[in-house]
Amino acid sequence: MTSQVSSPAGQAGEAGGAQHAQEPQEAVVGEQRRPGDGKEVRRLDRVIIRFAGDSGDGMQLTGDRFTSETASFGNDLSTLPNFPAEIRAPAGTLPGVSSFQLHFADHDILTPGDAPNVLVAMNPAALKANIADVPRGGEIIVNTDEFAKRAMAKVGYETSPLQDGSLDAYRVHEVPLTTLTIEALKEFGLSRKEAGRSKNMFALGLLSWMYHRPTEGTERFLRRKFAKSPAIAEANIAAFRAGWNFGETTEDFAVSYEVAPASSAFPPGTYRNISGNLALSYGLIAAARQSDLPLYLGSYPITPASDILHELSRHKNFGVRTFQAEDEIAGIGAALGAAFGGSLAVTTTSGPGVALKSETIGLAVSLELPLLVVDIQRGGPSTGLPTKTEQADLLQAMYGRNGEAPVPVVAPRTPADCFDAALDAARIALAYRTPVFLLSDGYLANGSEPWRIPELDELPDLRVQFAGGPNHELADGTEVFWPYKRDPHTLARPWAVPGTPGLEHRIGGIEKQDGTGNISYDPANHDFMVRTRQAKVDGIAVPEVEVDDPDGARALVLGWGSTYGPITAAVRRLRAAGVPIAQAHLRHLNPFPANLGEVLRSYDRVVVPEMNLGQLATLIRARYLVDAHSHTQVNGMPFKAEQLATALKEAIDD
Amino acid sequence: MTEALSLVPKAEAQQSMKDFKSDQEVRWCPGCGDYAILAAVQGFMPELGLARENIVFVSGIGCSSRFPYYMDTYGMHSIHGRAPAIATGLASSRQDLSVWVVTGDGDALSIGGNHLIHALRRNVNLKILLFNNRIYGLTKGQYSPTSELGKVTKSTPMGSLDAPFNPVSLALGAEAGFVARTVDSDRKHLTEVLRQAAAHPGTALVEIYQNCNIFNDGAFDVLKDKAQAEEAVIRLEHGEPIRFGAGLAKGVVRDPGTGDLHVVDVTPENESAVLVHDAHAASPTTAFALSRLADPDTLHHTPIGVLRSVRRPVYDTLMAEQLEAAVEQQGKGDLGTLLAGGDTWTVVG
Repeated sequence: MTSQVSSPAGQAGEAGGAQHAQEPQEAVVGEQRRPGDGKEVRRLDRVIIRFAGDSGDGMQLTGDRFTSETASFGNDLSTLPNFPAEIRAPAGTLPGVSSFQLHFADHDILTPGDAPNVLVAMNPAALKANIADVPRGGEIIVNTDEFAKRAMAKVGYETSPLQDGSLDAYRVHEVPLTTLTIEALKEFGLSRKEAGRSKNMFALGLLSWMYHRPTEGTERFLRRKFAKSPAIAEANIAAFRAGWNFGETTEDFAVSYEVAPASSAFPPGTYRNISGNLALSYGLIAAARQSDLPLYLGSYPITPASDILHELSRHKNFGVRTFQAEDEIAGIGAALGAAFGGSLAVTTTSGPGVALKSETIGLAVSLELPLLVVDIQRGGPSTGLPTKTEQADLLQAMYGRNGEAPVPVVAPRTPADCFDAALDAARIALAYRTPVFLLSDGYLANGSEPWRIPELDELPDLRVQFAGGPNHELADGTEVFWPYKRDPHTLARPWAVPGTPGLEHRIGGIEKQDGTGNISYDPANHDFMVRTRQAKVDGIAVPEVEVDDPDGARALVLGWGSTYGPITAAVRRLRAAGVPIAQAHLRHLNPFPANLGEVLRSYDRVVVPEMNLGQLATLIRARYLVDAHSHTQVNGMPFKAEQLATALKEAIDD
Repeated sequence: MTEALSLVPKAEAQQSMKDFKSDQEVRWCPGCGDYAILAAVQGFMPELGLARENIVFVSGIGCSSRFPYYMDTYGMHSIHGRAPAIATGLASSRQDLSVWVVTGDGDALSIGGNHLIHALRRNVNLKILLFNNRIYGLTKGQYSPTSELGKVTKSTPMGSLDAPFNPVSLALGAEAGFVARTVDSDRKHLTEVLRQAAAHPGTALVEIYQNCNIFNDGAFDVLKDKAQAEEAVIRLEHGEPIRFGAGLAKGVVRDPGTGDLHVVDVTPENESAVLVHDAHAASPTTAFALSRLADPDTLHHTPIGVLRSVRRPVYDTLMAEQLEAAVEQQGKGDLGTLLAGGDTWTVVG
């Protein structure tokens, strides 16, 4: 297989978060830009880079741009943005450090990587906050301009780490990034402060040189981003080029690196880099198209889900209605109202918002209307860690309502998988007339990876039939419409939308009589309805869980959601070390795949790693009486593959 | 047909009150004011001449919120306080529907207060009927956010401690374009107010004083008893001088110093100074001042009728226009193009 670079299809740079209108077709991007002769070039199979700086230093943008360059070059990649909840924490402090880690390779990779090979530290705080993650021998590029005594003292450096020998174990490149940037921009007539702001582009240029990244995309991106002030655009491009040239000319950087495209890792197709929230947004728009229903989003801004509200709001030309409500409850309320009216209705939120929406989710269970509840999980409880990741809303999604109120739960496993998971959640909601939880998390939401763009004819057909006429004959032969007369196979009730003559009916949260939907306090009817609603969810068609077990292992690792990457990477390490281990990963948490019990019982040991205190483990222990071993981590960050491999090994040997 | 309902399909045949009665047994307490309101609404609906299937009643929780079950239209009996939010989603996604919200003083002003004020501010095409009986009925008699200060109830044996909301004042403060008040027992007045509310594009709030004969019986007697009502009720008619009382001996005048409104005995000298009601005044100031004439304890000088009826941009219309504008500017959305946007690269097998 060979890889080649195509023309971009117009609007570029989604990852940058910039707004773009229609762009004309532009020239080829993604050509590798090679340094000149005279310096050593080493070939690597993978690299992990971490950009770290102050919240205001533009590290996320820098990371996004490096990612786009890398994606267009054809490496496989995985990213981990990590930033504080404060918009601008005090400058130069440890809480204000923002970082972006990128793992790219010439083969398929699964995680953003455990430890950076290269750390770019824009100030002492960034060095201090990140140095512990860099293995000895790693490369560190520091912006020496920021290492003034006061700035160092602010983060507790009594002596300069650049001089006191504490970095002796690393390969340190001391670069006065700010000074060099200002120098490079002196002809632009900018103030020192203004010019210094482009230092992130200088750093990006330098790293682009080191790793032979294509540069046209970034230059084009900058021109577009600063279209209203071309002088700023040109200044940033000049800083970017100066960074490249600095690598090329200075003796400090004697070696550059090549990481070949991951040609064999990718099936044929057209690819783009995509974050989880963008993929999820596109999945919702695709689900609306495939169901031939208008999309309605009722939402209230909350980190890390707001990007979906922003993204969908940009696509009104798809007939997408977005409603920013007065609160979380109104967000889901409006969505439920739209569902009653025949829209594909969605509400997006994070854990605290789910808590507020619980009563309305219960109403949706009772009304049996399709509704997608998207929960981009973050650290909890309460406000918790708004910008960090966690998987601790599983039991809230499963049980967080009054009464017996079963709700299907679907969880994507990677950023790109958010697209398919959204379609799958919509399928279940529409076919079974039920609210459905889509459990993504902060790691998937903000992380990104290459995505093979699907052909439209690969997408599932999600069309539904609204009720059109009477569905029941009374004893006297009268034809009537019964809103709670169910499809015998799916147990779904008819979806009769206002505007349909003859089907006028009333629904509500009070218990309903089977069939007629009239208010009923009859004990036997309530018992029947509770069991029927449960049976409907239990009977939802979900694919069997697949087990990857090439070696006939005795131990199985079972995961769900965003831990797929780290678990798979850990499993590969164990197998490479000769440790047999089987792997299974759940997309459907409710109902579980029909074969799950059998799978679990066929292994001597089941290990369940989760970013919570063992919520899936609790569910499967209760459901299948399997003595699952729970391995947990709740530090707001994804598992690291190496640590997880060690933990799995211990759990197996235990 | 009014502009407010111009997108709602019309009924093909003449309708009667019977067409709007569902087959469900009405389960309010005998003697409840809700019966009169139900009859008035069912009696008024045929006048609108709308296709019955395009009418939706949405309610929250409380005695009044059983209302949708008794209307043979589409309906949803939802959860406590949330009806305006649910109706907002329905109305903003379906301009071909006539959407009515039925709520009570607890539902709309306590647990659902936030949704109410934001619906009013947004001006979604909703007609909100707020049944105010100044008590919690369904939970058996606790004081409500419109109960008078010092109200002795099961939860306040020594008297309630919080001052009541005046729903009309609240709605006016929340930027409502249409605010009216009427009384359950005055079918003619109630129907006329419904008529004007239905014709109003955007959110209309109609406060209906409603007697709870079990837990707060006679709360509005002062407005209903002929002898007392003459002095207590100020009937507002757009374009008419605001006069009331026996022989219309009383009138409302503006204090030239403070701008505030006062009730005075009308004399030949001050007759020309009596305020003429202007429901269409751009500023809500006078409507608000009128709403404040009512004494929350005695209900003396309670204005009824349409206090304010002013055109404002309607949320669902604006939303639909944005969708149309987006198609005009960007073309109809094409999923293939959207998915393939951004920097792409091709892997060849």
